[in-house]
Amino acid sequence: MSAVSQPTPSIQLYSQQNQAARRKKQVGMGTVYALLIIGSVIFMLPLIIMVATSFKSFNEINSYPPTFFPREWLPSNYPDAWSYQNTNFPRWTLNTLIIILGTLPGVVLTSSLCAYGFARMQFPGRRLWFGLVLASIMLPPQVTLIPLYILFFQLGWLNTFWPLIIPAWFGGGALNIFLLRQFYMQIPKELDEAAIIDGATHLTIWWRIYMPLSRPALVSVTLLTVLQIWNDFLGPLIYLTSPDNYTLALGLNMFQGLFITRNDYIMAISTLMVLPMVVMFIFAQRYIVQGFVTSGLKG
Amino acid sequence: MTTSTAPALKPKRSPHFWRNTIEGYLFIGPVVLGLLIWTFGPMVASAYYSLTDYRIISAPEFIGFQNYIDLFTRDRLFIQSLSVTVRYAIMVMFLGQIVSLLIAVLLSQKLPGMSIFRTFFYLPIIVPFVASALLWRYLFNKDYGPINGLLTGIGLPEINWLGSPHSALFSLVIMSVWTGAVTTIIYVAGLQQIPEELHDAAKIDGGNSVQRFFYVTIPMLSPTIFFNVVTGFIAAFQFFVPAFLMTEGGPANSTYFYNLNIYEKAFQWLEMGYASAMAWVIFVIIMIITILLFRISNRWVYYESANES
Repeated sequence: MSAVSQPTPSIQLYSQQNQAARRKKQVGMGTVYALLIIGSVIFMLPLIIMVATSFKSFNEINSYPPTFFPREWLPSNYPDAWSYQNTNFPRWTLNTLIIILGTLPGVVLTSSLCAYGFARMQFPGRRLWFGLVLASIMLPPQVTLIPLYILFFQLGWLNTFWPLIIPAWFGGGALNIFLLRQFYMQIPKELDEAAIIDGATHLTIWWRIYMPLSRPALVSVTLLTVLQIWNDFLGPLIYLTSPDNYTLALGLNMFQGLFITRNDYIMAISTLMVLPMVVMFIFAQRYIVQGFVTSGLKG
Repeated sequence: MTTSTAPALKPKRSPHFWRNTIEGYLFIGPVVLGLLIWTFGPMVASAYYSLTDYRIISAPEFIGFQNYIDLFTRDRLFIQSLSVTVRYAIMVMFLGQIVSLLIAVLLSQKLPGMSIFRTFFYLPIIVPFVASALLWRYLFNKDYGPINGLLTGIGLPEINWLGSPHSALFSLVIMSVWTGAVTTIIYVAGLQQIPEELHDAAKIDGGNSVQRFFYVTIPMLSPTIFFNVVTGFIAAFQFFVPAFLMTEGGPANSTYFYNLNIYEKAFQWLEMGYASAMAWVIFVIIMIITILLFRISNRWVYYESANES
């Protein structure tokens, strides 16, 4: 290699070291990729199996040895499961969407309003209440579960969507307030000072300046809320009793209770339920991940 | 509170003081009301119910600390469910934090294609608990489940994952590690905040990658680790849905989680007073452990700048 140019020993040594370092770095890179690929396969495998199983025949699932990909693809599992007797998946999907639509405006508007108050206004008790908001994140929900159930029972709200919707209109969740407040603190104060000189009220500043500027954070809040309601199980389980009012999560649970062995149908419905969230995640991963990070990291 | 006005004397309030106060409370009003109605009010009610015999149909009957006495002296399931939850929390803490941290270290390497890998590893967080519980119940199935299929395929013996009291709890731990990608996300964010210069400096001083991990990464990451430990611990004590759907507490109560116990007492037997007492016991336990975690955190958590933003 050094036959042509005959570099001085020190330079040669240097380039050898450099090469060794580069080789070592490549080995390191290879290891990182190898580990990442193995890890991704392990993490993705359950979901791949879920989809693969949803296309298999009932016999194939229960035969030995197990297959990985379906021997025979059965897309008909989907319509069969979706319209199975005694189930009402269209209704349950609609119910879930109603709860999401009823909740979202409350979450976005009130969490942003409160976040603005905590981030940008001066008044006595502000720190105390913000501290209480943060402390409520730590509170295990078991403690309020039973009295809330009794409260909703006394209000006659059991087996309605109200217990799942109304509380969201009161600040929209401590984590969301925290997330938006973090965002508002980064907006330069000069903006609202200039607006105040121009005679704007806080309400105008919030609505005209902070809401538009915080669109990325509001997207995060929206997506996290959709994800949370779509996936919620405990709330609907406790408050919704008649099958007509079930959400998708409850419906899937009832379905598996009826046909505990029909893993082909269960996986088909599971796939249908996961799919919208997967699409949302792939297209808006940045906002969702950012939401988890900002609402989490500094709590 | 506001900018420095004349100290001592009579603290002269700004002419806008009352207006500002009213306006401020109009803004944070929703959450103030929310905390009073949905959190603090219910907490007071719950504390009262815990001292009563209350079965919803009839009015609560005050019985002093009888519920608490019964819990600790008569109720074997209470002790069992507490023990299951604590064992689960410890296992999921160790396994979950280690796996998440290792994945996060891999995912924060600056190499091409990393965003695709992140999607792969983060994806399980969007799977609803119902779906992941049903999925893993199938994966763990003793007779036709894919995991045992894989094991026998490579010549290993089958494991009766969810069917045996020895392995059921650990099976749920494995599933929880899979669903716990939020921890990974927060570790990745924490790792990205560590200044590159520190690693470079350690490299120049001759530190190899393992040393750099333990002497640079871990100390710099300690606030993130602490955060994940505290939130992970609180979350572990909320574990409910998979146990409810996959094992119903069995076999032999080996996955009878504390929250499953509360749920059955409250919503199947309608023993609201007794269940409230159970909720308060776990609340106090969580508080004590959280305070202990904060106490010992001074010894190992390193904050670069102590002042808050």
